[in-house]
This record gives sequence, structure tokens and C-alpha cells, in this order.
Amino acid sequence: MPFGNTHNQLKMKYSAAQEFPDLSKHNNHMAKVLTMEMYERLRDKQTPSGFTLDDVIQTGVDNPGHPFIMTVGCVAGDEESYELFKDLLDPIIKDRHGGYKPTDKHKTDLNPDHLKGGDDLDPNYVLSSRVRTGRSIRGFCLPPHCSRGERRTIEKLSIDGNSLDGDLKGKYYALKNMTEEEQQRLIDDHFLFDKPVSPLLLASGMARDWPDARGIWHNDSKTFLVWVNEEDHLRVISMQKGGNMKEVFTRFCTGLTKIEALFKQKGHEFMWNEHLGYVLTCPSNLGTGLRGGVHVKLPNLSKHEKFGDILKKLRLQKRGTGGVDTAAVGGVFDVSNADRLGFSEVELVQMVIDGVKLLVEMEKKLEKGQPIDDLMPSQK
Amino acid sequence: MASTFAHMMSGRKAVLALAGLSAGTLATGYIMSDSRSTAAIEKMKIYPPSADFPDLRKHNNCMASALSPAIYSRLRDKLTPNGWSLDQCIQTGVDNPGHPFIKTVGMVAGDEESYEVFADLFDPVIRDRHNGYDPHLMKHPTDLDSSKITSGLFDERYVLSSRVRTGRSIRGLGLPPACSRAERREVERVAAQALSGLKGDLAGRYYSLGEMTEEEQQRLIDDHFLFDKPVSPLLTCAGMARDWPDARGIWHNNEKTFLVWINEEDHTRVISMEKGGNMKRVFERFCRGLKEVERLIQERGWEFMWNERLGYILTCPSNLGTGLRAGVHVRLPLLSKDPRFSKILENLRLQKRGTGGVDTAAVGDIYDISNNDRLGKSEVELVQLVIDGVNYLVECEKKLEKGQEIKVPAPIPQFKQ
Repeated sequence: MPFGNTHNQLKMKYSAAQEFPDLSKHNNHMAKVLTMEMYERLRDKQTPSGFTLDDVIQTGVDNPGHPFIMTVGCVAGDEESYELFKDLLDPIIKDRHGGYKPTDKHKTDLNPDHLKGGDDLDPNYVLSSRVRTGRSIRGFCLPPHCSRGERRTIEKLSIDGNSLDGDLKGKYYALKNMTEEEQQRLIDDHFLFDKPVSPLLLASGMARDWPDARGIWHNDSKTFLVWVNEEDHLRVISMQKGGNMKEVFTRFCTGLTKIEALFKQKGHEFMWNEHLGYVLTCPSNLGTGLRGGVHVKLPNLSKHEKFGDILKKLRLQKRGTGGVDTAAVGGVFDVSNADRLGFSEVELVQMVIDGVKLLVEMEKKLEKGQPIDDLMPSQK
Repeated sequence: MASTFAHMMSGRKAVLALAGLSAGTLATGYIMSDSRSTAAIEKMKIYPPSADFPDLRKHNNCMASALSPAIYSRLRDKLTPNGWSLDQCIQTGVDNPGHPFIKTVGMVAGDEESYEVFADLFDPVIRDRHNGYDPHLMKHPTDLDSSKITSGLFDERYVLSSRVRTGRSIRGLGLPPACSRAERREVERVAAQALSGLKGDLAGRYYSLGEMTEEEQQRLIDDHFLFDKPVSPLLTCAGMARDWPDARGIWHNNEKTFLVWINEEDHTRVISMEKGGNMKRVFERFCRGLKEVERLIQERGWEFMWNERLGYILTCPSNLGTGLRAGVHVRLPLLSKDPRFSKILENLRLQKRGTGGVDTAAVGDIYDISNNDRLGKSEVELVQLVIDGVNYLVECEKKLEKGQEIKVPAPIPQFKQ
């Protein structure tokens, strides 16, 4: 349970102006949208589980802005947060997700047969391929707000729920029980997640009680991985070396479908609705919650003056290979879809496949000293 | 002094009235609060206390030593009148299993009533931390009469600086882990307004953290006055850094010998200090400043959190009672290398730190020496203890210089039983 909220009604003895946060030095989506009038309207409300407006915005108040990226500045404590605080969250969603309106419907498509191509990205350039998303279990509070009892129940359901077979057969490693050897191996495999250090996450209360009920499940072939109770209830990752994005996505869809079936057997379902798609802790991950991407060598293209513009037209974003807060090393970039909501899973991965294909083509041309003007894409 | 706090202020909010009541009235706590929805109450049934009991097997702090499933079960569903819960008190101790050098307390209060409603856990933690002080059997003495101090002038060839600090909380407003932004701003307003009424050698100025200029900031850093946003997870996990730097600031007098921090780890932290060895004058100014500030807030209908069981109420149980740390920076090149140094300090009820503060090591044989105790002895007693103890240490140093013998003193008794 977050702090400072406690008995929300007691705060009502102070006026909205007395409680309103000082956002004068802030640059995040929440600070752009939250007005005094909105604060006054919403401040006395709480979701059935007790999550309040101040709980939603605390992370945005405590973190005025990120140097590289405009952060969202709010989180949900439960599924109902998105409904009760829609006056605040809908405009943020619209701003963050390319104009997505409160009346728009989101399409879910986890059928890998709908994907065209994607099995032949040039491995001389595309070093690895990966797709990740998140899932929340309906009826439970989300990481900023859940109690220890809830978090442990989610873990228990996830362990039981992961009795998968074949290519997906694997094992669960609870963070608090793992041996030194297991820990080192998971670090070497780049699987282990650590206690969050980012103030964006800490300020929302997601790291409480660490490492209680946190863990990692992965299959024996190390190509399918589930994080339990990190930033979301579940984070699901499919990955492998090389450029066969189709295979990665197929395993991703198969795994997700099977996990969902196992949860349903136990009487649980994922949080989903036809407006917001899959519901996750951070509004930035609504819809598909999907980030599909590759590590790709683009030493020449990345120096081209139009690189940023090309990515934008392809609806792609670049990161360093260390993740969202890093810079590229040795001309190798993490390139992935920029969107999450308003496009289906298949559509987003298709954009990555088609986009990366084009980027590699351009890189090859620039290697040979040839121009790339005729390859310039139009805005997707 | 004690009787002033027993007096009830008329016409204040109900919460102030509650704060002054004796322990028994609030011991039962609030099982059902009308702020809790049906869903929240349902959750309490679906998840019995055993489902939520924290995993403390790898923990080493006072809270973890004291918290049993039975105590947790009794207290989990209670709330203080301000809606603060046990889980919120102990979150910092759950998130921080243990400090390498020191057994941390592992819990905080969200309001004055926390110490009553959750007494089943706070009391054993207080006993553990404060050498067996039992809040139900003992009374804490408050004494800010600096005229009682004797021999408070140290040899300045050894003692480089002298300092006394404490904290004060404003009754009726939530403590830093729990306060809302409006409450925190109210603390700032009440404190800054009172401080602006100080005169003479105490006259000074307030610098709000969010509004100070670059020059002011640099000067405060150079003077070693500026406090920063807490980075210690012991504090951040307790929610004390929320909304930073809103309503935080520093007040100091023009002579830079009296300093007040507002809304850092407590509502206020009050510090009197100066270069050299005149601890008596440091303490005299400390007492005078504190009494004057108290008078000024009382003029406007406010008072400090205090009761006769626990003395001054602060956020962390380790600072209950006097909340007082009186200390010096002292050169002890020979004594510090003597194998009996630790034992001498222990018997004198003193502790050593590096000159950078609690988490640092000594540099150049200069030590920060201060009192161990906070609760169960008065301010005058503790400062006298530091004065007598430091004088003894300096005497030892001088004897060692001349090649003479030194003795480990007999241990000072803890409480007047």
C-alpha cells in the first residue's frame, strides 16, 4: 500500500489548492494534463481496493522528468483505476499513444500465421530478435498497490500455471530462494532481473517487500522467459540469437495462449477490455504491451542525417543494447516498435520485420557507397 | 515544563484532543474505519494476517526481532485515527533487512497515535533500542535548564567543534512518512513563521529548498548547512522523500550558530553549534532557542508532540525522549589507537563516528564523539554526560602524551530505577 494516502478523506479538510502538487518544474505526461480543476474533481475518489488519485500521480510528482524520454508520470493500482480516473488517464493515453481516443477499440491478434515473412532477416546484421509483453491477473491489485498476500498468490498461480511442455518445458526460480550458482547462471544468461533502482519505479511503491514473491521462469532451451512480480504481474519474453523473428513471435504467441489457458483452468483470466486491450501497470504499456525488436548493426546508417526521421516514418524507436536508459555501442542498436496501443500484435511485429528489412538494405547500400534516397519510406 | 503539555488546548481539532489522551483509550485502535470500502474489508477476510506476514528470516533489525505472527495478527487490521496502518509502520524494516554496522530500528511512526495503537510492537522495539526502557513503567524526564551544566568548556587544543541537535514534531500534523502535501506545507508555515519571530543572536532567515537561488545554495553547501534529498533506502522506503523538495527548507540565524531543518526526516531538526569547545554556550543557546520557538508556536495555538512516557515524539523510535545528540569533533591521536578506547567509550555511554556523520570513518585522528542514549535521561543529564565523558577522554589523551597510565572508568548506570 502506498504511503501518504492512508485515510484519503482526511485530506479533504484541506482545500484542493493546498494539496495540489507543485508541477512547475515538471515535464511528464501527468504534469501536462493535471489541472487544479481536475484534481479537485477526482481527489475524493478511490477505487474499490482503495487506490486514490494521489497514489496514481505520486511517481510523476517525485520525478519531474527524464532526460531522454517524456515519461508518463502515473501508474494504475488496479484495473478500476483506468475507469475511475479516466479524466486524467484518457488524455495521457491519447498523448502517449498517437491520438488514441476514449471511444477507440483496440484489436488483439496473437495468430502468428497472419505474419508475412520475418524468418529471414540477415543474421550478419540482425544479431538477435526478441518480443516481450506483460499480463495482469484480473481481480488482483497491481504492483504499486498489492499486498504481500496478493503478490504471493500471483506467484503461486504463476508457478502452477507454468506446467508447460515440449519446447516450453522449464523451471521457476524464486528470487529469494535461488542459490549463488543459479543466480550467477541467470546473470550470465542475461535473464536475471534486479530490484528496481529507477526512481520512476521506486516512487510508485513497486519494489516493496523485495524479493518476496518475485521470480523468473524460463524454458530449458532459454528462449522463453517469464518474470513474475517485477514491474507487472507477468512479463513474458520470447527471444533467440539471429534474425528469425517469425519463430520468436510464433513461440511468443503459443506460449501466451498456453499460459492463458492454464490460468483459466484455475478460474483466473488476464485483465483485458476492448478499449484498452491488455491492462498493465503503466499506461505506456496498454494495448498489446508489446515491444518487438532486434539488436542490429547499423554503423553507417546510424550516422546518416536522416536516421531519426527514417525510424519515425517506420514507427520504430532506437535504444542502446543495454535497454531503455542506455546508448548504442559499436554501431549496434536495439530497434523496436514505438507503438503499443491501437495496433494489434501481428501489425506491430510486421512493422518491425518490414522496417528492419529496409534498414538493413539501406545499411548495405551505404557500405557500398551508394545513395539511399530512393529507399526513403513514407509515413506508416 | 511537563505540565505545559498536559494542558489541553481548547478549540483545536478533534485529532489534537485525541493526541493528548492517555495510552489506554487508543490502545484498542480502530478496527473498522469508514474510509475503507467493502472491497478492502473483503480482502481482509480473503487474506488472513498469516498470508501477509512478512518474510523476515534474513532480517536483522529491531522490528524483525520483535514482530511475531501473533502480534502481526492482532495489529494488522487496526488503523490510527489518521488512517495509518501497521504495514505502513514496518515497510522500511521489511524492505531493508539490515545495516552492516548498526542494528537499525526497522519501523517508523506515521503520527503520534502510532505509538499507542501499535504499542504491542513499538514497546518491545523501544525496549530493545533504548536499553530496556519500558514506556509502561517508566517516565521520561525533560529538562532544558542549561544553567545546571557544569564544566562545559573544553580544551580547544583537542576539541575543535561542539554541537547539539534534536527534533520536534508539531502536534496534530502527520509525520513525514504519512503527511499529505498540505500537511507538510502547514508544518513549514508554522515553523517558518515561528522562527521569523526570533530576535537578537537568534534572528535569522528561512531558505526554501525549492526556491533558493544558485548562490544561496552554494553558500549553504559551503557552510555545511544544506541537506539533500534522502538517498538512504531506510528513509526512502518509509515514504519520507515524497514530493521532494516541496515544503522543505533550512532556517539559520545570521551568526550561523543555530540551524533548523524543516521537513527532512522529522517536522523539524534543531541544531546549535559553533567552532571550539564551549559546549555550555552551545547548549544554552539550544535551550533558549527551543523554548522561544515553542513559545512562538503556542501563541498561535500549536504545540510540540510530547508525553511523559516517551518524551518528544519523533518519526523514528530511536529518537524518542530527548531526540538529543550532543557531540564534539575531538582530536585523540593516541587514545584512539589504545586497545581500551572502545571500552572506555562504552562505559562512558558515548559513541564514536567519523566526522562526516553516522556512516563515515574518522579522518586524521579526529572523531565525532556523542551520547549513545536518547530516552530515559533528560537533556541536561545527557549533555553533562557528554561533557564529563569528553573531559575524561581529553585527560586520557594528555596522560598518554606524557607516558602516564590511564584507567577504564566504571560503567555509568543506565536508568534511575
